[in-house]
Formats: sequence, structure tokens, C-alpha cells
Amino acid sequence: MSLGSWGNYTKPVCNEHEFLDEMALAKLNDQYNVLIPYGNGRSYGDSALAPDVAIVKSHNHFLDFDPDTGILHVQSGVILADIIDTVVPQGWFLKVTPGTKLITIGGAIASDVHGKNHHLEGAFSETIINMRLMLPSGEIVNCSKHENVDIYRATCGGMGLTGIILDAKLSLKKIPSSYIKQTTVKADNLKELFDAFEQYKSSSYSVAWVDCLANKENLGRGKVMIGEFTAGRGLSIIPKVKLSVPFMFPRFILNKYTVNTFNWLYSARVKEGTSQQIVDINSFFYPLDSINHWNKIYGRQGFIQYQFILPKKQSYEGMKDILKVIANSGKASFLAVLKLYGKENDNYLSFPMEGYSLALDFKMEDGLLELLNSLDEKVLKYEGRIYLAKDARVSKRVFESGYPKLEEFRAVRKKYNMDKKYHSYQSMRIGN
Amino acid sequence: MSYVLIVGAKSDIAMATARKYAENGYDLYLAARNSKTLDVCAQDIRLRHQVKVQCLELDIIDYSSHQKFYDALTEKPLGVISAVGYLGDQNKGQTDWHEANMILNSNYTGIVSLFNIIANDFSERRQGFIVGISSVAGDRGRKSNYLYGAAKAAFTTYMSGLRNRLYEHKVHVLTVKPGFVETQMTKGMDLPALLTVKPNIVASAIYNGQLKGKDIIYSKGLWQWIMLVIKAIPEWKFKKMSLG
Repeated sequence: MSLGSWGNYTKPVCNEHEFLDEMALAKLNDQYNVLIPYGNGRSYGDSALAPDVAIVKSHNHFLDFDPDTGILHVQSGVILADIIDTVVPQGWFLKVTPGTKLITIGGAIASDVHGKNHHLEGAFSETIINMRLMLPSGEIVNCSKHENVDIYRATCGGMGLTGIILDAKLSLKKIPSSYIKQTTVKADNLKELFDAFEQYKSSSYSVAWVDCLANKENLGRGKVMIGEFTAGRGLSIIPKVKLSVPFMFPRFILNKYTVNTFNWLYSARVKEGTSQQIVDINSFFYPLDSINHWNKIYGRQGFIQYQFILPKKQSYEGMKDILKVIANSGKASFLAVLKLYGKENDNYLSFPMEGYSLALDFKMEDGLLELLNSLDEKVLKYEGRIYLAKDARVSKRVFESGYPKLEEFRAVRKKYNMDKKYHSYQSMRIGN
Repeated sequence: MSYVLIVGAKSDIAMATARKYAENGYDLYLAARNSKTLDVCAQDIRLRHQVKVQCLELDIIDYSSHQKFYDALTEKPLGVISAVGYLGDQNKGQTDWHEANMILNSNYTGIVSLFNIIANDFSERRQGFIVGISSVAGDRGRKSNYLYGAAKAAFTTYMSGLRNRLYEHKVHVLTVKPGFVETQMTKGMDLPALLTVKPNIVASAIYNGQLKGKDIIYSKGLWQWIMLVIKAIPEWKFKKMSLG
């Protein structure tokens, strides 16, 4: 089986290298000069693909957990699902979790992932007490907000380009039960969506689904889901019924008519106005994880996820402008997710900034790359940036314009000779 | 009483089996040579499953140490699982007695020495289970690995006799013949994908087989039929064949 990424769009040649322990890793680290660590293969594009790839997934032991303080120490190949299965029954949960639990801790740090509570809790790096990293020289360093700070700032969000993360200590969040009280607010247009985010900005979790095919007065139609952990319902994890997409779907299945129908059915499930539900952790945070290989619905050509963020003062105008372009293009995005973010952190390449982000899935087809190029220009116009964990095609120019702390990142790369060792196909494309 | 003793605990099949039992709430004794290297895995299992795990030093071919080893277990195990296996170097073993002896002792005499002691205790207490991982290689001798195969054949026969003896003492004896498994032992070998399983599949087969009181299991049902065919080939024909 060849190594791939979640979008199935880029499939370059990669030699896989496994390692049994840190000594074997040091040897591997020494041997190759265009190397990148690879976790669970859930980044969408080419950020974990390179001519030589260090497979980190089996470096996956729990090292320590204190159920009194909620401090967890794990190796970098541990996946979030394993953490959840272990700590939730003991009353703890990840402080920050993305929309899939099928990623490794190393991947979570390298992409400095975020979740539905970014507006209050920040990105994944906020939960890290410290971590150990193997440098190009084979030397292993501790880094945190207080120790080797430059390496830490470059590693969180650094897309694996600073070294191999070995293990990390994280602080968890105490939860009263494994259930969430969800409030769903239906919005008929973009203005109503933004208003709902503002109205609920002190709630723990919020995210919105947007119907990208709605146009004119319904532009930006969708629904906002707000969540709070609720007490008194126990700490059990309900095993999800696993569905699986068994084969690559033929290309014609997804088109603007079928997506439109899906969107209509999906929005019809919500009654007018505001409604409330009690849902479990898996349904609230990881709805798509219950379908194995959902990426196969996009067929052999794969798909591209396009996620960008705009600063708050430009968000409304910018989103409206961009949604118009998408609606007029007739290219159907199956999933479009809008989210309000909180303050930006000090990491050099972390994606979040205070503002709104939109994530869109497009199946690969003629004209798509041109559409995305034109969206790039809009993102630049509104002073936004593109999320590297999702990216498979962005240009050096567009990437560079979005990340003002890039020079600091490149200086750290140079200082520790990381630029002579760690590269992915993505980093070579965007000049990192 | 909640412990399961796993012997040869460093092997991939042993580790997968340990995890399977821990997942189901059993405490573990993990016994192996240089057991210090098991510490990280033991801690991982403790944290993931909230069970007790003890790592114990055991050299399977140091026969005289076995009684002391077993006596030192203050809490006697519910059952024992041996995943001890040493493939060795067949060619080397044909000329180097030390290698041949190592293959025979690791895969057969060593386990017999330990199982004898445990079987006596279980039989006296009229409870317990004994699981031995043997091999399809013991079903018929082939030129590529018959030293290993012969030791496994002897072990399979030993397990069969033990089962017969302990039946009336309510001790369950299970023989496991895994076929091809993706492990460190088989790394680099070109194994047919259809017949090869991952260690966790073998672990589940062991756990379920033990729970259901099975006598002999293959990790993939197909192996039973393959070996039936291989055993049915007449010797005058078999001796001319090259089965890898």
C-alpha cells in the first residue's frame, strides 16, 4: 500500500521508514536529508509526504497519567481516540480537539490544530506543558513556552519541519459527564449566522454549517451548533455503529444537484429558530469519524479541502464576497464549516487569528484549481491566510502573504540546520 | 485472583495478547529475558486499561530457575500463555549444534519444564488454563525450517497429552497454530497477503478460544484446510517438493 494523504489528490513517491526506538530513529534521522514525520495520514494534502518519511504511528505508548491533576504524558504516535477512550471514563477530556480524533499527538502539535472552542481556549499548543523533539543533529531537546522557546514557537504549527516530536505532556480538562447539551440555531443568511456566533460567544463550543449553494437573499444560509458539557449523565463512551465507504465512488455521484438535495435534507432536520438536544462526545465532536474512509466518496481523483481565515473586521464583507464566488461557480462543496476564532497565539505558523474561518471540501474536477486560485486572491485582499494542514496546492506567494511571522520561522530553521534535513512536498512548494 | 501469566512476553503476538486480556480487565504477569525492556509497554498497558502489570525476569532455557520463578508468584495466575518462539537459522543449525540445540530448547524443552510445574499446580487446584502457541510448521517437516518445525511438532504433541491428562482436573489446555503473522520474526519475508494476519487477530483468536474452551485453533480458518492438504500429500511426493 502506498502512502497517501486524506484528500487522495496528490500521490507522490514516498519511501516509508519505521523505527522501534529512539536509537533507531536517530539513525534514520541521520541517514536521510529530505525527511518528514508521518502520523496517521489525516492531513489533507502533501504536508506529511516527502521522498523519505519517518512513520511515527507505532511510537505510541502512554508514559504517565495522573487522574488527580489531569496531566497526561504520551509518545507522539498516540492517536486522540486512544486518549479519549482512556481518560473520559476517568472524568477528563482534551482541552482542545479538532473535528477528528483519528490524528496523532505529533500531528496535532505540528498543525497546532484547533476546535470548536478556539474563541475561548485557543489552539492545541495551549494544552502542551512541554515536549521532547529530536533535532537534525540527533540531539533531543525539551521545549515549552519557557524552555527553548524559539524551537517551541516554530514546532507548534511548524508542519513537522523542525524535527521529530518524540513525546509531549499535556494538561486535560475536567468534564462533568460525557454528554453535551447542544443548541442549534437556524440562520437564513450570513448576517444571522454571524449574529448567532456573537450572541453565543461566551458558550464553550460553537461551529456553523453553511449551505454554499444558497444565493441572493439566502447567501450564507446555515445553522450554528452551540455546546456545553452537561452534568449527571455518566462518563461512558458510546461505541458508534461503524459505517464504511467500501470503494471509491464514481465521479458523477457528487454534483451540485445531489449536494443541494443533501443540504436541503440536512437543514430540514432543524426546526425553525432554536432547538436543543443532548448528544454524546462522539456525535458532537467527531461526526465523520463514524464513517470509515468517508474520503472515498470523492472518487479516485480525490478532493481538496480549502480552509482560510479572515481577520474579524473584514470577516463579514470577505465571507460574503467569497461565498458569492463559490455559489456562482456552481462547484458544490459538500461540507462548509464556519467558525469564530479567538486571539492569535505567538507561534510562528499557527493558522488561527481572531476572526472567522471557512472550510470547504471540493471534489477534484476541471476548473477547480482556477476557482481556488481566484479564492486565494480574495483571501489576500481581506488579509487572511490559508491553513497548511488542509492545503495541497497553494502558491509560495499566497502562503507567504498570509503569515507575517514567517521570517522568524525560517530563521529558526536555519539556526538549527532544520532547513537542511526536514522537507515535505508542501514545504518545497511554498519555499519553507 | 486476576492475573494471567504471559511467557515470552516480548514477542508481538504476546504483546497483542497481553493488551487483549488487559482490555478485558485482567491483571498481567509479563515474563521474558531482559524484562527491563518491557517497562514502557507495561506502563502503557497500566495507563490505558487500569490493570496491574508486573514484569518478571525469566529465561526459558534456564530450567533450574523455573520452580523458583513460579513459587515467587505470591498470587498464582488464572492461566498461562506461552508465546515463546525462536525461529533460528535452519542452515546454521544443520552444522552448528549450538544453534540446533537453541532452536529445540527454546521452542520445546524450556516450555515443557515450565508448563510441567504450572500444570501440577493447576491440576491440584482443579482450575486454570494453559495456552501454548505452536505452529503450522509442526504439522509437516520441510527442508526450510524442520528444526523449528520438529520442536513445534513435539510441543503440539505435548499439549495434546497435557490436555488429555488435565481434562478430568478441569484445567483447559489450548493449542494455537497461528500460520503467517506480521511480526518481527517474519519481517522481511515475502508472505502471501491472503494467509497473513496481524498479531491482534491472533490475540483475539486466543482470547475467544480460551473463553470458549476450544482445544486447537488456527488464527485463520483457511490454514486448517491448507494443512489438511499438505499433510495428505504422500511422502514419496512430498520429499521432491520445495514449499519454501
